[in-house]
Amino acid sequence: MTALYEFLIAPFVDFVFMQRALVGAVLLALGSCPVGVFLMLRRMSLTGDAMAHAILPGAALGFLLFGLELVPMTVGGLAAGVIVALGAGAVSRLTIQKEDASMAAFYLISLALGVLIVSMRGSSVDLLHVLFGTVLALNNAALILIGSITVVTLVALAVFWRALVAECLDPLFLRSVSRLGPPVHFLFLGLVVLNLVGGFQALGTLLSVGLMMLPAAAARFWTIRLEPLCLLAVAIGIVSCIAGLLMSYHASLPSGPAIILSAGVIYLLSILIGPRGMLASRFRPAIHRTA
Amino acid sequence: MPHAAVSPDAAVTFDNLTLGYNSHPAVHHLSGTVARGSLTAVVGANGSGKSTLMKGIVGILPPMAGAASVKSGMRLAYLPQQSELDRSFPARVVDLVSMGLWPKRGLLGRHTSADKARVQDAIRAVGLSGFQARPLDTLSGGQMQRALFARVLVQDADLILLDEPFNAVDARTIADLLTMMQGWHGEGRTVLVVVHDHDLVRRHIPDALLLARRPVAWGKAQAVLSPANLERARSFDEAWDETAPWCSPNEHEHEHHHHVHGRAHSLETPSLGDPHLHAADLSKEAAQ
Repeated sequence: MTALYEFLIAPFVDFVFMQRALVGAVLLALGSCPVGVFLMLRRMSLTGDAMAHAILPGAALGFLLFGLELVPMTVGGLAAGVIVALGAGAVSRLTIQKEDASMAAFYLISLALGVLIVSMRGSSVDLLHVLFGTVLALNNAALILIGSITVVTLVALAVFWRALVAECLDPLFLRSVSRLGPPVHFLFLGLVVLNLVGGFQALGTLLSVGLMMLPAAAARFWTIRLEPLCLLAVAIGIVSCIAGLLMSYHASLPSGPAIILSAGVIYLLSILIGPRGMLASRFRPAIHRTA
Repeated sequence: MPHAAVSPDAAVTFDNLTLGYNSHPAVHHLSGTVARGSLTAVVGANGSGKSTLMKGIVGILPPMAGAASVKSGMRLAYLPQQSELDRSFPARVVDLVSMGLWPKRGLLGRHTSADKARVQDAIRAVGLSGFQARPLDTLSGGQMQRALFARVLVQDADLILLDEPFNAVDARTIADLLTMMQGWHGEGRTVLVVVHDHDLVRRHIPDALLLARRPVAWGKAQAVLSPANLERARSFDEAWDETAPWCSPNEHEHEHHHHVHGRAHSLETPSLGDPHLHAADLSKEAAQ
């Protein structure tokens, strides 16, 4: 019992930095996991990835001008994310190019620019910091930022829930009864950018998308209802954060990758043992009903 | 066109309407009116502009020229093709049918117990009792179409647009859906329905509009679906070329200008003109 306490609880009780990391990670999971569920359902899972790359030059520019400061890097990241989202959207609407191609083009340009900007000032250690974050060094300002983003995300999801669902399920129907379709699409992209920016302090630009997508993808193997899907994704996200932080603490591993790998393990397990996963579909009961 | 002038009885008025994608017209110079309370089949080959016309009426697709106007105050229900709907989305039949409450409750309005009862009634009316909690991806094509009809029922609309509702649906379901459609017609609602089966139109639907990008014939279904008209519709289809330039040949390089171009086109040719002549012109341009 004591050993269990020592292993699971004590790190969070004894160390303030672990408490902060826990609070930050849990807040992040609360907001970005439901956003990830909608990304997945809209078949935009890779868009999250692209957006995560896209916010890099903005964050890097903030870093170049002001150093490792929260506000400039956040504002820069947000600006870059919005520019890429709107730019890719505009290209797909005004030219024959589809959004997946324009998104890929924009994020690649953005990523190259970001790496270039980071290398202009810092060492590769700085680059690693921007790319992979430091959940173990969250200060008050970062926690407040993540908390605010979580609140905004949850409120926006609650208010626009019906429109988001309709836009995923039957977009033409939504457009026949309401003008909300296109604004909701951009609002949703805004939430994606916001959560990725919130995540990059803790996990870095590359890993914050992992906390968004992996729990959502894992939860899909367990339920066929949307509301439980979102709740389960949040739960998986929180468990991954706790597991990752503990792994990081006990085995001296970098915290960001540890969190994402925990989510990855849950995803792989879900593929195997989830009720909609591989084993369940391979070994269905031999009996069947008459109708 | 049977209803030439704009009448107060018009549910939908087309005024030299041209709709299309990327500067290619899909519905070309359509004028006329859909009378209030009429039940009209929209027929034509694949790519003849039927679905495009529906989207134009709903307002999802802005016209390249002309206008499609729905009489103000009319509540509209639109049933897109099944293929436009994401069947893998984690939703139940009752969730799908409840979407029909949107015109009444909107984004935030609470769904009252009366609303929920209406949804249940609609599900019963289409013969899906017991399917309320079924996920959409477990429904057959026919069951899915019944659920979508239930959503139209809940919408309680004056103008109902159905895009290929009988595709991938068995005979019994078609019969049931037809009965519902005729019921709406009997209640004085205006119904436009895209159908491929000409025999079904001749037997069950009073009016028809035959499209081949251009309107070929419009009026009583029996007359519209005459062999001569169907033959004309077929020859139109052969005459049109997807890669044909739209108007003047020196402009077709400029992809970005197609909106301006579309407007200019409508100014240059405000009248219907001779379809044969126009088609011949275009195919000549295409050959250059």
